[in-house]
Amino acid sequence: MSELIRVEDVHKTYRMGDVEVPALRGINLTIEHGEFVAVMGSSGSGTSTLMNILGCLDRPNTGKYFLEGHEVGSLKPDQWAYIRNKRIGFVFQGFNLLSRTTALENVELPMMYNGFAGQERHQRAIEVLSLVGLDKRLDHTPNQLSGGQQQRVAIARALVNRPSLILADEPTGNLDSATSNEIMALFQHLNTGQGITIILVTHEADIAAYARRQIIFRDGLVISDRVSEQVIAKMEH
Amino acid sequence: MQAFMTLRIALRALARNKLRAFLTMLGIIIGVGAVIAMVAIGEGAKSTIRAQIAALGTNVLIVLPGSNVQGGVRAGFGNVNTLLDSDAKAMARELPSVAFVSPVLRRQDQVVAGNLNWGTWAQGVAPEFQQIRDWQVAEGRFLHEGDMDSAAKVAVIGQTVARQLFGNDDALDAVIRIRNIPFRVVGILGAKGQTGQGTDQDDTIMIPYTTMQKRLMRITWVQSIVVKAVSAERVEEAEEQITLLLRQRHRIGPEREDDFNVRNLSDIAEAATTTARVMAVLLGSVASISLLVGGIGIMNIMLVSVTERTREIGIRMAVGARSRDIMLQFLVEAVVMAATGGLIGILLGVGSSEVIKQWAQWPTLIDPAIIAIAFLFSGAVGVFFGFYPAKKAANLDPIDALRYE
Repeated sequence: MSELIRVEDVHKTYRMGDVEVPALRGINLTIEHGEFVAVMGSSGSGTSTLMNILGCLDRPNTGKYFLEGHEVGSLKPDQWAYIRNKRIGFVFQGFNLLSRTTALENVELPMMYNGFAGQERHQRAIEVLSLVGLDKRLDHTPNQLSGGQQQRVAIARALVNRPSLILADEPTGNLDSATSNEIMALFQHLNTGQGITIILVTHEADIAAYARRQIIFRDGLVISDRVSEQVIAKMEH
Repeated sequence: MQAFMTLRIALRALARNKLRAFLTMLGIIIGVGAVIAMVAIGEGAKSTIRAQIAALGTNVLIVLPGSNVQGGVRAGFGNVNTLLDSDAKAMARELPSVAFVSPVLRRQDQVVAGNLNWGTWAQGVAPEFQQIRDWQVAEGRFLHEGDMDSAAKVAVIGQTVARQLFGNDDALDAVIRIRNIPFRVVGILGAKGQTGQGTDQDDTIMIPYTTMQKRLMRITWVQSIVVKAVSAERVEEAEEQITLLLRQRHRIGPEREDDFNVRNLSDIAEAATTTARVMAVLLGSVASISLLVGGIGIMNIMLVSVTERTREIGIRMAVGARSRDIMLQFLVEAVVMAATGGLIGILLGVGSSEVIKQWAQWPTLIDPAIIAIAFLFSGAVGVFFGFYPAKKAANLDPIDALRYE
């Protein structure tokens, strides 16, 4: 397996008025292509900050971030937008779908920013929506879909530009446990079946148990990084 | 992102809040509508005044006798008898800047034809009067030189007089009587309509000025002389030459006042059109202010919209929209609103100026250039007032925007 992400001595401090709040205090991390990583930590431990930096939404104060061998931490905003569009898919806790917009159009959204023609855009959106099992719900708007279905639309949107990396920030945080398991099974399927690298942040150990590698954060530092032998068996999808 | 796609996103966003979009556009609609209607009214007034002045005859000078001073009492112009028809003839003969000259004598008279009578203005004029005042002859002929020499009892009558005395009957070659003197109708004038003051120009009778002098008024002088200069550029030159010629002919010494007065109609024309232009500019600028207010309305709503859609902006940025994509999206929205408002405003403006024309009988004139300018200007209002909200949207931090509740 080749290296996808390398983070070298990343520090990030937020300034809240006069107080400086350290969020990351020297993170070193390497993630290979095809890994399924769960990042755990209580709120304020720096997991969200790490996700923002990995997702090219935020810059480290010091340290370097390499994505597929290129230093991306210091690129310009437009280049970041390009990376977010082409290389990374985001899945959020609150789904973050455009309201009053159909599932199909939500999934087409990322392709509007890289010049896909209407026909191909349509085709690919339908393709990924059937991959997440929503090919019967193309014309439904978010408020006509259940939480689990909305998250599937969000996952389809993350997949549509065929990224090598999916960043999921507490993707099951708003879902009940049965639906959470379905979503996690979908991630597992995408990881093993499509070879997509997945990094997900969670508070819950049973969700983290779906991932082979588990990294635990505390106070802006990695305190544990282990690969478990026993992964929850992939549920039939 | 392709232009077409941006346009579609903008239209979709506007369609979601139809009432709000419409109310926002209303400012522009009223602004553009007002500009078009007001300018149309102003232009209409200007062209009416121009037409009225053209109807008086262009490049025309009027020579009136001077005022009479008797024992310190100064009578008005036209009260002395110093102007003669020989003065008119001398002008035509000697002055190169003068094209046509005609003496004019006017009096109000009761005209009788058969058992009908009608009070009207009779004018004694020379044949050149036709060219000076741009009269058309509908039937028969105008007065000619022979009529002058023989002081012939012939008349050319206006449309109103023809209608009042003869109704639908043929007036040509009929006999009319003025102060019991029979005149043969040799011509009927074309219609000219009313002057700006509401005087019916067709309510007139023209007879040879010699006939007027000898048979009706029994005087040897003339009341006024109308002169047409060869061109608009030479009106002033004609004025100077006439003054010189008349001072010389009337033997007026260098220290003495003129015993005549030359009036230039193009001065009146210029003053009138200037007034109309001032009015058009005034109306136009008042209307422009409402367009400005409309623009501020767009800016206001766009700012609200950016705040409301902060999360949407965050999502778009997260999936790969660049700042300029976001900027363009909001800018296009503002421009679409302004331009649509502009189009509706143009229809409203054209429609209301049409209504004003039909119902209020107020002449309006729509210049296609004004429509183009109004449309471009409303687009520019969209760009100008949409720029700040769009910039604000584009400068949002995606992390904050995604977290926005």
